[in-house]
Amino acid sequence: MHPAFSVIFFTTASGAGYGLLALAGLGAAFGLLPDSRAIAIAGPGLALVLITAGLLSSTAHLGHPERAWRAVSQWRSSWLSREGVASVVTYGPAVIFAGGWLLVGVDAGIVRVAGFLSAIGAMATVSTTAMIYASLKPIPNWSNRFTLPVYLGFSLMTGAVLLNAVLALTVAPVPVMGWIGAAAIAICWNLKVAAWRHADGLSLPTAASATGFASGTVRSIEWPHSQENYVLKEMGYRVARRHAAKLRRIAQALAFAVPLVLVVTGALTATATPLLSALCTALAVVPMAAGVLTERWLFFAEARHTATLYYGYDHDRAA
Amino acid sequence: MTSLPASTTRKLGLVIDLDTCVGCQACVTNCKEWNTGGHMAPLTDIDPYGAEPDGVWFNRVHTYEHTEDDEHSIGARSRTVHFPRSCLHCKTPACVTVCPTGASYKRTSDGIVLVDEDKCIGCKLCSWACPYGAREFDTDVGVMKKCTLCVDRIYNDNLPEEDRVPACVAACPAGARHFGDLGDPESPVSQLVAEREGVDLMPELGYGPTNKYLPPRAKRDTASEGGPARLEPLAESGGFFGWVDRMLSG
Repeated sequence: MHPAFSVIFFTTASGAGYGLLALAGLGAAFGLLPDSRAIAIAGPGLALVLITAGLLSSTAHLGHPERAWRAVSQWRSSWLSREGVASVVTYGPAVIFAGGWLLVGVDAGIVRVAGFLSAIGAMATVSTTAMIYASLKPIPNWSNRFTLPVYLGFSLMTGAVLLNAVLALTVAPVPVMGWIGAAAIAICWNLKVAAWRHADGLSLPTAASATGFASGTVRSIEWPHSQENYVLKEMGYRVARRHAAKLRRIAQALAFAVPLVLVVTGALTATATPLLSALCTALAVVPMAAGVLTERWLFFAEARHTATLYYGYDHDRAA
Repeated sequence: MTSLPASTTRKLGLVIDLDTCVGCQACVTNCKEWNTGGHMAPLTDIDPYGAEPDGVWFNRVHTYEHTEDDEHSIGARSRTVHFPRSCLHCKTPACVTVCPTGASYKRTSDGIVLVDEDKCIGCKLCSWACPYGAREFDTDVGVMKKCTLCVDRIYNDNLPEEDRVPACVAACPAGARHFGDLGDPESPVSQLVAEREGVDLMPELGYGPTNKYLPPRAKRDTASEGGPARLEPLAESGGFFGWVDRMLSG
């Protein structure tokens, strides 16, 4: 599938925003976060900025962005519509949570309730995003049981590392949050590796099945057109296997390995050398952003669509 | 509404005979000609005479080599198959249910899958949801386009009755395309499918395509029987040619 930057940015940025919102919301609901105006701005405030930037980016790839409001109407059948509804609904408690924290402090009852509702809305929205992909049968790389947990995992991992950095920069490094972040990275890393292994074992229907032949082999000898058409430009993206393997290693180093070392170092040095701890904790965000963008690019680029069978794509033998 | 009708009164669709199709592209051309002025008009062309032409087509004809893996045959037997590909107007089309705006819909009366261009936001998700690559995005207009089964021909009282068929069917010089109600087991198209054992494309995905494809008929290894086993001279001939024959044979 064509890796469109607008959608890659949307899923990663708003995924991180929703993860940050969910963790800050839960932290506030259970009274675990210090009452600091700076956290209100850098926590839920930053989350809203990331979410909004992502959503605006996603409308950029529409043919008619001015009609985007229509997308909330078909929630009965469409996961994309449900995503629209969930994202709009989540703004309600999220704005009350961020604004309330800023105005009346984190310990006010309404802020705690709004924080809890924000967390539910955030996870619901990320789940609908994942289900858009998980429900597409023509793309086996996506329509499997790993897509939903991987999307939730990345959202919570990026959110945890962001909240960890926010706490370290605004108040002081919080070792417990560092350990939560480290655990999230470890879980997400395992999930993604398992998802890749699972996807590599999946195969598309055969070209014979696509053309209705019960047996034998079907080889494309002539395309209907001399240049790439919409179907090939959108669905026929191919990434060389050796490049994909290299990019998977880069994604793992940047999204998981390096941030894990930095976050653990931050947690271990929190009391002895707070400055080093804050630096490591904050710095973890940088490689993770690059790594998560790489992972999401691969999520699209490596996905194979059954429509390419009509064009003689032999996905099992791609170089 | 992008929720699907539980059932449709009729199931209008196409039956495509892969035994007969000669790959002449007449259906492709007539489809483009009719539909660029029809229900989903225009079928935009981008850079049509330039180096990288692109554009919207509802019908594409591929060409394949099909090789049978029959262990009893001597060597591989293969044949060329021309394969027209267009919207199959499925029974459970995910392209409709994924639509967030209600622009895509399946008609209850005849099962035709259409796009309301005024509601389409151009998110392209329907094209991702179609396993057959039947939908094509119009980058110029910013909306998704697809085969309408010539909804503006088949019910058109201004056309003579024999022309009230999809443009691709009207154009086919080989009689490889048939149009009718596949929901009625007595209809000529349903009879044809039953007789020729017509098939669904990628049935394992569960979309339940309405259009059926008739597989090529079985190939024969030998010429039909009845000819002479080998040629025998009819009689000894005399004269100059008889002398030449004897010289060359000797």
